[in-house]
This record gives sequence, C-alpha cells and structure tokens, in this order.
Amino acid sequence: MVSITRPATADLWSWLAAVEDPEIPVISIVDLGIVRDLRWDDATCVVTVTPTYSGCPATHVISQSIVDALHGHGVEDVRIETRIAPPWTTDWMSDAGKQALRDYGIAPPLQRAQTIAVADIGRGAPAAAPDIACPRCASTAVELVSQFGSTPCKALYRCKACREPFDHFKCH
Amino acid sequence: MQDPRFDYLLRLGDNALVLSQRLSEWVGKGPAIEEDMALSNTALDLIGQARLWLTLAGEIEGETGVAKRDEDALAYLRDAHQFRNLLLVERPNGSYAETLMRQFLFDAGHHLLLEGLVASTDARIAEIAAKALKEVSYHLRRSADLVVRLGDGTAESHKRMQAALDELWMYTGEMFTADAVDDAMAAQYGTPVAASLRAPWLALVGRTLATATLRMPDPEAWMQKGGKQGRHSEHLGYLLAEMQFLQRAYPGQRW
Repeated sequence: MVSITRPATADLWSWLAAVEDPEIPVISIVDLGIVRDLRWDDATCVVTVTPTYSGCPATHVISQSIVDALHGHGVEDVRIETRIAPPWTTDWMSDAGKQALRDYGIAPPLQRAQTIAVADIGRGAPAAAPDIACPRCASTAVELVSQFGSTPCKALYRCKACREPFDHFKCH
Repeated sequence: MQDPRFDYLLRLGDNALVLSQRLSEWVGKGPAIEEDMALSNTALDLIGQARLWLTLAGEIEGETGVAKRDEDALAYLRDAHQFRNLLLVERPNGSYAETLMRQFLFDAGHHLLLEGLVASTDARIAEIAAKALKEVSYHLRRSADLVVRLGDGTAESHKRMQAALDELWMYTGEMFTADAVDDAMAAQYGTPVAASLRAPWLALVGRTLATATLRMPDPEAWMQKGGKQGRHSEHLGYLLAEMQFLQRAYPGQRW
C-alpha cells in the first residue's frame, strides 16, 4: 500500500531526533545541527544534511540512518540532499546536545566558533581555552594533550585536578 | 582553451589527494600515538576536500560537453602526467621533520589560497573553499605549533628541522608562480592572483620560523616548478602505483 498521507513536519523532526550520530551515539543528528531542512517534493521527503568535516567517514552512515528511520515510520520515498554552504559549525549544536556530550564524558564546544587569526599562528603552543571544563569533575585546570582525538571533531585533553584524560568536541 | 576551472580544480583536488595519500603512509607508525592520530585526521580532512574539488572538476568537465568523469575516475584512472598537484606535496615523507615541515609550508599557502577562494565569483568554488578553510586553519595551527616546538627544541630536532626546511624550500615557489590557467581564473572567477599570496606567505612563514629559531632560506633562491602543469618528479609515479593499484588491477571494482 502506498501511503498518501504526509506525516506532520513536527513528527518527521521528532523521528530524526531519535537518529544517533554513529561515532558519538549519545547525541542525535538533530542536536548535532547537521539536519538543516525537511521538505516535501511531491511524495518525496527531502532531508537536507550539512556534513560536519569534509572527510568525516560517518557522513554516509548518517544518510543511511536517516533513510532507515523514515522508512521505519512509513515514509517510503526519501531523498538526502547535501548542502555544504554555509559550512557546518558547532554553533548549531543544541544545548541538549551539549549536555548529552558532557554526561557522556566529552567536554562540549562552548565558545562561538571563530576563524583563527593568522597573525596568532606560529607563536608557540596555544593556551587551553578557558571554558573547557573536565566533564568528570568540572575543573577548568585542563591541558591539551593532542590536537586530534578519536574522531576529526575532537581533541584530547587532560584534567590536572582529577588526572583523567577526556575528549573535547572542538569549536568548529 | 578549455574551461580553466577544470585544470584549476584538478590542482586543488590533486594537492589535497596526494598530500592525503602521503600522510596516510604514516598511519600505524607515527612517532607517538597523538601524532599518528593527527596525521590520519589531517589526511581524512584532505581526502574529503579532494573529493569535493574533484567531483566539481568532473561536473565542469561534463558541462563543457566532454564525457564527465566522477571523483573516482579522476583519482584512480589518471596517470602521473595528468596530475596537477604541486611538487611539494609529492615529496617523500622522509623523517618526521620533513613530513612536518612540508605540512607547514603547504598549510600556510593552502590557508592563504582558500581565504582568497572564498571570494571567488564561482559560487561552488567559494562554498567548498569556505568549508575547507575551517579545517585547514586547524591544520596550520597545529603544524606551525610543531615547527616552533621542534625548531626551538633540542639540538637534534633543531638540526633536523633546519635541514628539512633547506631541502624543501625550492618546492615552495610554485605556489606563487602563475600560468595561463591561474591568470584566466583570476580574471574570470575572481580567484587570488598567485603572486599576491607570496608576501603574506613569506610574512607568516618568516614569523613562525623566527619563533622556531630556524633560519629562513633566501626567498629569491631558484625554485622548482612544473607540478601544476603535469611535469612531476619520479616520486609521484610510485605514490600513484600504490594508490591506484586496486582500480588498475581490478577495473570497476567496488566496495
């Protein structure tokens, strides 16, 4: 049977809000800010996605997860469109998403993403951003261990208070 | 002359692709796990950018009425003389000092170029540049930081970084030497005039090298050229032989 009733847009959003990021399964793709638009093109539900990093290997999995989720709710015809401009930024991450990251042990991006001033490059090791707090003990006495972590979107820090290492989701 | 965007986009895509392949050679044998991760993440960003640029190159090729090639055909089925990357990015990895110095010299030029490309009148070029710029500014911040730390590090690390800089210097001039493609792009699509990037590059590199206590070689020294026109060193062929092996041995094979 072909469904001719279009689900309400709010329902579509709530279904997508249940789709997890494959690399960080505590944050949904909606809270991550990569679902930019939902619309109908006749009987096709068009989902516009803005990928995080150019080479993020999760991009393909995310597209498939979206299609699967909507199919699961009876939306037969789904098309994913990729939009790269404006580029994805962590400013689009929801507060709920940031809290979920923190609860999971990842320090969320709190600063507004900004372009690094070229004039500041090459002047020695960058200082730890002041608002990165240890997700375990909340201390702000943290130091950068590695500018890259387990995925392109994260960097590795160490808490000098509780001595635990942790991931920081970079401002981007 | 064919649409200058095709060659220009191959240059952008091939720089990212070839450097990504070089960095991938380090995976699993970086000098520390943090460095291993950093190189593989940088390689990942670059392969993503290469895909965007090469896909667009293929679309533009199709718009000119020639059979359009996709990103895979362009990456895996061209021979060395059809690649348009800078000689700098095909340099062998060498020691970690050479890998890092190559990265820094390229990142600085890449960053300045992308900043200019964001203002291109071709919207598709400007959009990819804006996305890539965010990633490349992180690459530059990291490579500049390491150049400072190793240049101003131990006597041994200083010596190796200086030797790497002296060795790679002659491959940097190509970034600022325009040919007919660069000139046509600047005139028609508002891309940066190659020579205009030289002064800001020298300033950025010079400042970092000074902090790193490294001696900047003579900017007027003789420079290699040819990569952008498809005249490569022997190193590219070996790199492609490895990168393209699967598609050459099993044409059309898919995951």
